[in-house]
Amino acid sequence: MPPWTKIADDMRGRFERLGSNVTSNVWRLGFASRFLFYMVLHSGTALRRFRLTVAEIYFAGVLSLVIILVSGLFVGMVLALQGYETLQRFGASESLGVLVALSLVRELGPVVAGLLFASRAGSAITAEIGLMKATEQLSAMEMMAVDPVARVVAPRFWGGVLSMPLLAALFSAMGIFGGYLVGVQLIGVDAGAFWSQMQAAVDLRNDILNGVIKSVVFGIAVTWIAVFEGYDAPPTAEGVSRATTRTVVTSSLAILALDFMLTALMFTGGKAG
Amino acid sequence: MRDNITPVQQPPIVDIKDVWFGYDAARPVLRDINLSIPRGAVVGIMGQSGCGKTTLLRIIAAAYFPTRGAAHVLGRSTLELDRDGLYAMRRKMGMLFQFGALFTDLSVYENVAFPMREHAELAEDLLHDLVMLKLQAVGLRGAAHLMPTELSGGMGRRVALARSIALDPQLILYDEPFTGLDPISFGVIVRLIRELNDSLGATSIIVTHDVQEALGVVDYVYFMAEGRVIAQGTPDEIRASSEPFVNQFVNGHLDGPVPFQYPAPDYAADLELETS
Repeated sequence: MPPWTKIADDMRGRFERLGSNVTSNVWRLGFASRFLFYMVLHSGTALRRFRLTVAEIYFAGVLSLVIILVSGLFVGMVLALQGYETLQRFGASESLGVLVALSLVRELGPVVAGLLFASRAGSAITAEIGLMKATEQLSAMEMMAVDPVARVVAPRFWGGVLSMPLLAALFSAMGIFGGYLVGVQLIGVDAGAFWSQMQAAVDLRNDILNGVIKSVVFGIAVTWIAVFEGYDAPPTAEGVSRATTRTVVTSSLAILALDFMLTALMFTGGKAG
Repeated sequence: MRDNITPVQQPPIVDIKDVWFGYDAARPVLRDINLSIPRGAVVGIMGQSGCGKTTLLRIIAAAYFPTRGAAHVLGRSTLELDRDGLYAMRRKMGMLFQFGALFTDLSVYENVAFPMREHAELAEDLLHDLVMLKLQAVGLRGAAHLMPTELSGGMGRRVALARSIALDPQLILYDEPFTGLDPISFGVIVRLIRELNDSLGATSIIVTHDVQEALGVVDYVYFMAEGRVIAQGTPDEIRASSEPFVNQFVNGHLDGPVPFQYPAPDYAADLELETS
């Protein structure tokens, strides 16, 4: 066989695999979208029997508090250290509060809280639903004439969606407190300047509301990916393990991509207008 | 059939007609299945692993739908059912899964209460009485507070049985109910299947490959191989069957229609032995 035939065959194989991957991913996205639509449509149980959703808020939200609060504190403290170092070169060290608050509220709060939420709660949701599927608990529900999407998936989805903005807000609040501890208590920035400049510069609509919108979008994305991966996981130990990994990877990438798009729309677009 | 089952002129509770089914069109799992299950009976569907018996059970449960033919269950063709109709039919059914499929985040009590909470708005007192009644029937009233992880395999199966009869079903489906049970648990489950069926006036379908054990509890048997029903009859008829496959299966012979050796190339060639 001439070498160019081998190369052509090899190239064709690569293109076929690429095409197959693209097709299967588009197919999966379509399936996930239909799943989301069905889940939202059958959310009556989750909303009517709200204690089911409250239990999931506890599971996804309250149990994530420790990692969120500790991370927020440290991110805020590091931000203050790094920010002070830069600001003092320009004689603007008293703007430290503004830098810490805007960084956290606009960007780091929703993004880092989202990434932590995906790792802590998203992976747990996928593993739980995947294992319920593998041990036939979802099939048992079906056989009892109980829709597992309405009874199991929807409460977890809404629990995650409601938890995420609250966690992001707490992350930002804790980060600002960490910035205060380092900036004011440790380095000695004036407390009045720290708080008053922050109060003057942080805008409720442009900064805080946009940050909240981001965290809501991230909450929807992460929880959607988590419940879908769990529900779609092959019912084996390996299948659940892979689904859990995919949840963390896909959610993290989705958060970063969505963050870029939302930032471009909210802040750049807003200023241009 | 047992004495309490009288041949009343009632339509069968399950009527499978010319059913074909395959996960893909090229490889049918079920081929031209015909069977009819009268009300009140305990019927066994037996055969080797992979012969399609669990798939047939799922066709009866309307988890799968025939690619050809029709499955009439509780008087309705499963193909005609929409989602609401399907769920209405399943409320009249109970199913015991191979390993129980108990909800691991709920206690024994809550597992049994689950179908009642979902489908009936009962006062908590009444619900408690009903749950205790079901648990008493399977001998586990004292285990109501335990979690599924604290139960043995046999106890788990009994709790799952209590849950599957929570809504007093007309039809109870058992998917390999004897797998992995010790002799005592096995005896308990066999007795419970018979007693619950007769006391509830239900109909039971047991899918199993534990032939000798199951023949002691069923009224009638369908024997399956390679997606077809190859024999049927009462337990005595099955024990006396001259059909080679049934004979091998019931008596556990090493060789027969199902060979001991999986098809393989020549042994000597495989070992690369020279033949002179």
